[in-house]
Amino acid sequence: MAKRHVYKGLAGRANFWTIAVLLGPALILFTTFVIIPVFQAAAFSLYKWNGLGPMKNFLGLANYQQFFSDLIVQKALSHNLIIAVISLAVELPLAMALALIVSNSKFKGAVFFRTFFFLPYMLSEVITGVLWQFIYHPQYGLITTLHGIFSPDSPVPTLLGDPSTVLWAILVVIIWKYFGLHMTIYIAGLQAIPQEQIEAATIDGASKTRIFLSVILPGMRTAVQLSVFFSVLGSIQLFDIIWAMGKGGPVNASETIVSYMYRVGLSRFNIGYGSTIAVCIFVICLIFSIIYQRLLVKEAE
Amino acid sequence: MKKKAIFTVMVILMLFVTAMVFMASCSDSSKKASQSEQLVNWWHIGTAANDRVMNENFANEFMKANPNVKIEITVLENEAFKTKLTTVMQSGNPPDVFQTWGGGVLAQYAEAGLVKDITKYVKGTEWGNSMAPGVWEVYSSGGKVYAAPNDAGCITFWYNKDLLAKVGYTEFPSDWDDFIAMVKKLKTAGIIPIALGGGDKWPAMHMWSYIALRIGGPQLFQDTFSGKNTLGFEHPDFIKAGEMLAELTALKPFQDGFLGATYNDEAALVGNGEAAMELMGQWAPNVQKDNSSSKEGIGEKLAAAPFPSVKGGKGTVTEVIGGGGGFAIGSNASEAAVDFVKFLTNKENQITIAKTNGSLVTTKGAEVGISDPNAKMVKALVDKCTFFQLYLDQFLTPAAGGTVNDSVQTILAGTATPAQACAAIQAAFSNN
Repeated sequence: MAKRHVYKGLAGRANFWTIAVLLGPALILFTTFVIIPVFQAAAFSLYKWNGLGPMKNFLGLANYQQFFSDLIVQKALSHNLIIAVISLAVELPLAMALALIVSNSKFKGAVFFRTFFFLPYMLSEVITGVLWQFIYHPQYGLITTLHGIFSPDSPVPTLLGDPSTVLWAILVVIIWKYFGLHMTIYIAGLQAIPQEQIEAATIDGASKTRIFLSVILPGMRTAVQLSVFFSVLGSIQLFDIIWAMGKGGPVNASETIVSYMYRVGLSRFNIGYGSTIAVCIFVICLIFSIIYQRLLVKEAE
Repeated sequence: MKKKAIFTVMVILMLFVTAMVFMASCSDSSKKASQSEQLVNWWHIGTAANDRVMNENFANEFMKANPNVKIEITVLENEAFKTKLTTVMQSGNPPDVFQTWGGGVLAQYAEAGLVKDITKYVKGTEWGNSMAPGVWEVYSSGGKVYAAPNDAGCITFWYNKDLLAKVGYTEFPSDWDDFIAMVKKLKTAGIIPIALGGGDKWPAMHMWSYIALRIGGPQLFQDTFSGKNTLGFEHPDFIKAGEMLAELTALKPFQDGFLGATYNDEAALVGNGEAAMELMGQWAPNVQKDNSSSKEGIGEKLAAAPFPSVKGGKGTVTEVIGGGGGFAIGSNASEAAVDFVKFLTNKENQITIAKTNGSLVTTKGAEVGISDPNAKMVKALVDKCTFFQLYLDQFLTPAAGGTVNDSVQTILAGTATPAQACAAIQAAFSNN
């Protein structure tokens, strides 16, 4: 009954204005900067256009045809997939393990380590990229110096200059940068689990693994769902670190779909095809979000 | 209900007031700018300390002489500049005065009406006559002039005399085979023969286009751009150039990890005396200094030499690939912007520019500011060249130029054969 009462109230005339005023500004901003550009991009994607002056060359769906046969697009998407899988398989378990450790009340340095592990996330992506470029630098970098000390006779590791290693070198940076965020989400999730449940399970003689699997993990369902969502969407949209560390190169070996979109659209003045890529990224993210939400709703039922 | 109504009214009032204040402040500031002073936004890429100071001095001096003009300087690193300029151009808001390399990129801006047509200030005027007609040509398209030249030079090998002497070369080889032999000797001696910013791609592009020019001669380039060469970039000479580049790469003449290296990395290696040479434009000594750990570069040890000739090729060492820089003026810029560019390119200031950063200034009589023997040598090469080709990536449209850069990188990485790389270039060239 109480619920109905609220809805009835919101439908009232004075409240219509309250809602309009409160939602209005956000709605106007969202429409101007998100909704309209999406439709604009969809329109651009049908043209061959360099972004300067009026659009003249209508191509129809030719850009989309190119998108589906473009080998670099396939390469870039496969990199996005690798990044997403590694994030889920390595970064999230790592974040979970650290969250369990630093939220243990018996652990003395918990607060310090929480802050410490969160530090990389507070750096901007570009600064992170530049920092790690120094570390990886094949002539003057930290890795090269260490390599010189421990195995001076083998060839110098050129992590960012070798198409076969560059993606993995950048993945290390991505994990380093983002595990702190996921750890923080998990810490929040852990705090929501009633201590009584864990105590009860302990009294019943459950092992630590058992407690984790049957009490803690189910209790953290929402936190895990959220971090998986962030992690996958973040992997699809990854750009800043990629660009800062090698502009998707060498030879597209670290290209992601967004860095390719940027290269085509902005560096190459090919706004038409760039928009096509942007629209496809939008659709991929949308499909993922819808499927993910559906799955969660089903699971909850 | 009453409370809610009051709340609603208050919120509306607050928004209204905020909007009013916001609008008032906006119109106020625009009025101020248009009435009392002319604003000139100047974007330059002189990130080296001496360039920054010099350009600030120019702006201050001009503002002192013209109190109604305010010059706002934005200094951007080369790559960042290109990116940011593209963005503002696509939004239709060009800076008032900005760095340009002429060619296809400038022509595209001109076509879209984003840069000022300065033909009337140049043709038959004192300003126009202060420079050779040929240097204005780089910044012209369709018979109209769109920017003022400031610097004109060419790409040469910049080498370390001491390191070459170590392997028995007192002079730079003038023949490709001899050059290859020297690279092998340097490699054996444990010296990095060539520093290359392969991650930035364009330094490698110059190497490929120079080999192509030496094989095919000017005719190859002219026929390709005019369409007379129906094979375009798939012409055997371009493919042969790719093969020769691949052969050079197979000798591992570049520093470790060159495929991920930037141009600044390249300059640092030569500036620190670790690499024997780089293939670069007239700005090389200045950038080497700035990127070296001593900030001094290698000084007297540095020398410049033209790109070697290829046996059996139609090209000669007097044909050069080059370019320089100029000042373009945005279409919305005030008259003050034109005056400021005239000021920057007057004889006195051109001498200052030449003395400060070694630019090969274009204003007649300003060459007295060029004192460095290497710069003089490059200047002489340009002045006496029998053919001048603007850097390919700037000469072509951004889409085609970008593909040239990408494709040369695939040759270096060995992910595409020279024939495949040339096919990719030709596809982009014929499509744009």
